[in-house]
Amino acid sequence: MYTLSSRLRLFSVILMVVGGIGLVAGFLSTPGSVEEVKEMMAAQDAHGGGHGESESHAQSEGEHGEDAHGGDAHYEHVLHQLQNKPWASLYVAAFFFFMIALGVLAFYAIQFAAQAGWSPVLFRVMEAITAYLVPGGIILFVILALSGFHVNHLFVWADPEVVAHDKLIQGKAGWLNGTGFIIRAAIFLGGWLLYRHFAVKYSRKQDEDSEGNKWYKKSFKISAGFLVFFIYTESMMSWDWIMSFDPHWFSTLFGWYVFASLFVSGITVIALMTIYLKSKGYLEFVNDSHIHDLAKFMFGISIFWAYLWFSQFMLIWYSNIPEEVTYFITRIEDYKLPFFGMFALNFIFPLLILMNSDFKRVNWFVVMAGIVILCGHYIDVYTMIMPATVGASWFIGLSEISAVLLFLGLFIFVIFRALTKAPLLAKGNPYIEESKHFHY
Amino acid sequence: MASKVIHALYTDDDVLMDAVKKVRAEHYHIEEVFCPFPVHGLDKAMGLPYTRIAITSFMYGCLGLIVSIVMMNYIMIEDWPQNIGGKPSFSYIENMPAFVPIMFELTVFFAAHLMVITFYMRSRLWPFKEAENPDVRTTDDHFLMEVDAAHHDVNKLTSFLSDTGAVEIKVIDKEEDNH
Repeated sequence: MYTLSSRLRLFSVILMVVGGIGLVAGFLSTPGSVEEVKEMMAAQDAHGGGHGESESHAQSEGEHGEDAHGGDAHYEHVLHQLQNKPWASLYVAAFFFFMIALGVLAFYAIQFAAQAGWSPVLFRVMEAITAYLVPGGIILFVILALSGFHVNHLFVWADPEVVAHDKLIQGKAGWLNGTGFIIRAAIFLGGWLLYRHFAVKYSRKQDEDSEGNKWYKKSFKISAGFLVFFIYTESMMSWDWIMSFDPHWFSTLFGWYVFASLFVSGITVIALMTIYLKSKGYLEFVNDSHIHDLAKFMFGISIFWAYLWFSQFMLIWYSNIPEEVTYFITRIEDYKLPFFGMFALNFIFPLLILMNSDFKRVNWFVVMAGIVILCGHYIDVYTMIMPATVGASWFIGLSEISAVLLFLGLFIFVIFRALTKAPLLAKGNPYIEESKHFHY
Repeated sequence: MASKVIHALYTDDDVLMDAVKKVRAEHYHIEEVFCPFPVHGLDKAMGLPYTRIAITSFMYGCLGLIVSIVMMNYIMIEDWPQNIGGKPSFSYIENMPAFVPIMFELTVFFAAHLMVITFYMRSRLWPFKEAENPDVRTTDDHFLMEVDAAHHDVNKLTSFLSDTGAVEIKVIDKEEDNH
């Protein structure tokens, strides 16, 4: 049995408190009126002569000046973007940690559906990580409900005034409306949590009573069913929760793209947590070959993610249809560094670091690659959400870092507390002996 | 120089693996093992050095990537630039997304083909090469271990090998090592 050390508990609580305070400060420090924005920008312009951001602001200011709207339209735009910023950073962090747990849940279901023999020694680690789905899902649902009913301005399609002047969103209003949005979110989350509940329950029952593998067979059936449900709902989730930030834009492989992102993040967290627990003297039955296999998955899914990233990019770049290509133009013009930087972090770095077979068995190589992959996928989510919510007014500031710390603290607290609930070895699993002796 | 080797035949890969470990524990020298299929872990048990084919594969991949870049730069940019899909660019980097699939394919192509050719050359295999395996049954259901018997007591060695589970043992006088 694992016991949560008081140091780890304290560490996670400190993260949550610091993150919470920072986030509140982030919300409070948003400008309240156009005048404040003008002051802020004037101060910025005075400070940084070579600052790229202020230059672009000055340029667009000039363009707007000639515009018939008058000079204040631009400032109002920036005001809305800055007011969105803490909300958007809260959303990015909430989604990022939720998607890790969701990726682990899908990975866990695949192990059962494939009747994998190598992985049962890691099942308790996976079950612990999926425990975050409950609090993470509830928080995300609350944020989604607030956004879907236009309490904040995250989703433009939720703003009735915007919709009134937008033919394209009007055409999509049958799908993109607050009520439907919330009902769908409830169905997605409900289905995933239901599977999580029963899968963990059956896994624990199998330990108590492994006679005839009755509970294992139930796990197998429910996992196979869940995977069918998951791939449809995950795809729709990605349209609702991410793609609808840019309601004019669409991409048919977006669901797969988000799936690759959450899958690789989830597997990476399994590897990191396993290595951490081994370093603390737990999981003595996990050997190098298990770490090697997890690292192979990290390597493989990173390449799969890059393949989808590029597939999406190349087709849109080649066809150059205005309503599609705008998505990449915003990202390349305003988000050049994070957009291409995360491609290097998520693809080139793992490709080179984890290519060698021996390196996949060296724990600190896997940890290093894992941390880079997680940072990369945070930036991936960031560049999917920020351009539509804060536009060119982005910077990684107080509210972004605080939101990550808050959810990181919650994540660590929940998953390690869930780990104490059951023995670390799923001893009733029929493949547990094979898994213990897994050797590559 | 004539050398003496012993051919011990086995019918099961697990028995063979155990035998290989025992023979090596007794410090006899195994010349070669012939199997009808790859036996997992046999290379480690025999103490064969680590394969370096992965390193060659990486280098061949890099070569393929460079070839594809140079080739397309010449064909599509320098020699005969074309306006395809409204992208009349005379720069490789600006047209790069369109070239990525070819860069990928040629990387894989070079890595795969050159790796196979390297493997054949390293294993001394080429068309019309006469088979080296000493017993045709090793292509069907038998495993053959070739143990160097020079400077050893042949009788003692044969009885030791039959203890390891060999179903058939032959002492062979090789006229000349044809390796």
